[in-house]
Amino acid sequence: MSPNPEKKLEKTLVDINYLLKEAPREKHFITGAQAMAEAVKRASVDMAIAYPITPQSEVMHLVGDIYAQGHIKEYYRAEEELGTMSAIAGAARAGVRLFTATSGPGLLRGLEAIVSWPGHRVPAVLGILTRVINAPLSIQPDNIEMAYMMHCGAVMLHAENQQDTFDFTLAAFAIAEKVDVYIPVAVATEGFFVTHAKGYVEMTPEDMALNEFDPVAAPVPAMDNETPPARIQRDAPVQKSNFMSYLIHAVWQQEIWDSNKRAMKYIYEYLGGPIEVKNPESEVFLIASGCAAAQAREAWRYAQEAGLSVGLIKVRAIRPFPIDEIRDAVKNAKSIIVPEHNIIGWLCKEVKAAIPNGGIVTEGPRVYGGMTLPVELIMKEIHNSLGLEYDLKL
Amino acid sequence: MSLKYITPAERFKKYLPKDYVELVDYGPFGKTQEEAGPGNMGQFKELVEEHPMCSGCWMAYYIRLIFASLPNPEDTVTLGTAGCGRLAISQAAVPFIYGNYGDQNAMASGLTRAFRLRFPDKTKDVITIAGDGGTMDIGFSMTMHSWIRGEKFTTIMLDNEVYGNTGGQSSGMSPQGAILKMAPKGKDFGKMPATELARAAGCVYTVRMSPTNIKKAAKIIRRAIFVAREVGPTFIHAYTSCNIEYSIPTHEVFADAKAQEKDRFTFEEYMTDEAKEVIERVEAEEKAARMARKAQKTEAVN
Repeated sequence: MSPNPEKKLEKTLVDINYLLKEAPREKHFITGAQAMAEAVKRASVDMAIAYPITPQSEVMHLVGDIYAQGHIKEYYRAEEELGTMSAIAGAARAGVRLFTATSGPGLLRGLEAIVSWPGHRVPAVLGILTRVINAPLSIQPDNIEMAYMMHCGAVMLHAENQQDTFDFTLAAFAIAEKVDVYIPVAVATEGFFVTHAKGYVEMTPEDMALNEFDPVAAPVPAMDNETPPARIQRDAPVQKSNFMSYLIHAVWQQEIWDSNKRAMKYIYEYLGGPIEVKNPESEVFLIASGCAAAQAREAWRYAQEAGLSVGLIKVRAIRPFPIDEIRDAVKNAKSIIVPEHNIIGWLCKEVKAAIPNGGIVTEGPRVYGGMTLPVELIMKEIHNSLGLEYDLKL
Repeated sequence: MSLKYITPAERFKKYLPKDYVELVDYGPFGKTQEEAGPGNMGQFKELVEEHPMCSGCWMAYYIRLIFASLPNPEDTVTLGTAGCGRLAISQAAVPFIYGNYGDQNAMASGLTRAFRLRFPDKTKDVITIAGDGGTMDIGFSMTMHSWIRGEKFTTIMLDNEVYGNTGGQSSGMSPQGAILKMAPKGKDFGKMPATELARAAGCVYTVRMSPTNIKKAAKIIRRAIFVAREVGPTFIHAYTSCNIEYSIPTHEVFADAKAQEKDRFTFEEYMTDEAKEVIERVEAEEKAARMARKAQKTEAVN
C-alpha cells in the first residue's frame, strides 16, 4: 500500500548500452518467468501493478517479491486487467517507470486501455506471456493474442527463449523511453514453453541497474504540475468541430506510427537488429519468431546435417515489422516456410505482405491450442519445398 | 514549483494569450477562498469559463463550483471519462486526464500512488469527476475497488440520473419507473445506493446532496479533498440534473434541485472519527487564518 523508499538499495546505475553490452554476466539456469522478473529487478522500475492469470502469474509474483526486497518503490494487485492497465496509464502521467504483465484473455480484457497507451504516450513495458484465447477455455501457450496487439501502435518484441526474455525486457525500458519513441513496448514470449521451463541466462550483476527514469526527457511533459510547459489537456476528446476532430486524430495517429518506426534504430542498437539470419545464400528459408523460432532453429540444424540448402530467419521485432530487412534477406529465395503457434498465421501474413513474390510462402506448419510444434513438421515442409520425399513420423 | 511553473516570465507576458495572462494575474492560483472562491464568483478569473453545455445545465454550474472551491488548484489534477461532465471539465485550467470508459478511478489510483512516491513531501490533490454512468455502471468495479483499496483521492459523481451525452438512456442511477431510452417501459429497478456502497467499500467521508446552497456545497467539496489527503477515499454524490432529458424548463432547474433535496437527494453527510478530526483541524486553521487577516485589515485601516 505504501512506497518503500526506506528500503533504498545501493546500486550502481548505468546506461542501457553498458548494461546490455559491456556489463559482466554470470550464467544462471532459470525459468522464463524468472528471467523477466530478473530484468525488471535491474531496470530501476518505480511501480509495478499486478493481476493474476495463468501462465503470467509467476512473473508478477516474482516482481512482487522484488518489490518486497526493495528493488521497486510501489506495487499492488489491481482489481482486474482493465483496472491494471488503466492504473498504468494514470501513473504514467505522473512521470514514473512502469511494468506489468498479462496473458491471453487478460490481455484482451485490458486491451481497451492498452491500445490507448500509445496515443496517451505511455512509455510502459508490458510482458505478454502467451495463452490460448477462449473458446474453448485452455491455458496452453497459443500466441494468437499477439495478432490483437499488432495494430495499436505499440512496439512488440518476441522472445525465443529465457535469454531473449531477459535481454528484450531490459532493452524494452530503454526503447520505450526514448524521446523520439515514447510509446509502450510489449515483450512477448510463449507461456509455459518459456515461462515455466528453465534455460541458461547470462545475467548482469544484481547490484547494477538501469539509470533512473527521467520524467523531463519526454515529448509530452508529465502532468504533475511541476514540469513546464504546463500540460493542460484542454480538449482531451477532440470535439471542437468535426474537422478539428478528423485532423487532430489523424496527425496524432500518424505520429504514433512514426514513433513506432523510429524504434527500429534502437532495436538495432540494443538487440542487434530486428532479425537474425543464418545461411543467407539458401534456397529455402524458415522464418519464425518466439518458440516457433526455437523449433525452426532445430529443423535448420537437422537440415545442415543433411546438407540441404536451408536458411533461418528469426524475427525479433513484430512491431515495427522488419519489412525491408526480410525483403532483402529472401530476395533470392525459392521458397519460404513460416512455422507458427497459432491458427491464423499472423507472421505468415506479415511476411507475404513484405515481399513482392508472396506466392513462394508456404502456409505453415501451424500448431494451435498451445500444442508443441514437432520439428518433423518443419522438416516435411523443407523436403516438400526442395522436391524431396520425407517420411513423416510423429 | 507549481505556482512558478504557471507564471510566465515578465518579458514573455505580452506574447501570451490574454486569457492565460489574466488567469495568472486574476485567477485563483495561490489565492485564498475569500480572494477567489465560490463567495465571489464572477469577480475573479475562474478556472473554467467557457464550456459547451446546454442552456440551463445544472451540472455546468456545479462543475464551476468544484473548480472555484479547490483548496490547491495549482497542484490539482482531475480525471474523468466519457459523458457531459468532461465537456466542461476538460475546459478548465487544471490538468485533466481522460482515459477510456469508466476507468477514472483506476487511473487515479495509479496517478495518486505515483505522485506520492515522486513527491512524498508535497500535497497533490487528485479528484475524479464523472457522471452516474461512468462512476456506477461502466466504471463500477474500478470505482468500488479504488475505495476498497483505500486509495487517497476524492471521487465526485455528477448524478443527472441519465446517460445525457449519448442521448438519454437509463442508467443505474435513474429512478425506478423513469421512461428513458433503453427502458421503454420504464426502468424496472431503483436507484443504486451509491453512498451506502461507498461506505461499505471503505470511504471515510461520504455526502449525498443536491448542491443548491453554494457555501455549503463548497465546504463539502473542500472537506472531501482535505480528508482524502490524509485519511482515505472520499465520495460526493451530487444531483446535477439534466434539464434536456428530463424536460425541466430552464427557469425551473433551480426549483427542481430544491425539490430533490426533499426527495431522492436528502442531505446526508457521513465521516469516520479520523475524517472528523481532519475536518475540525483544517477548518479551525482556516478560521484562525481568516481572523488573523481580518485583524490585519482592521489594523491597516486604523
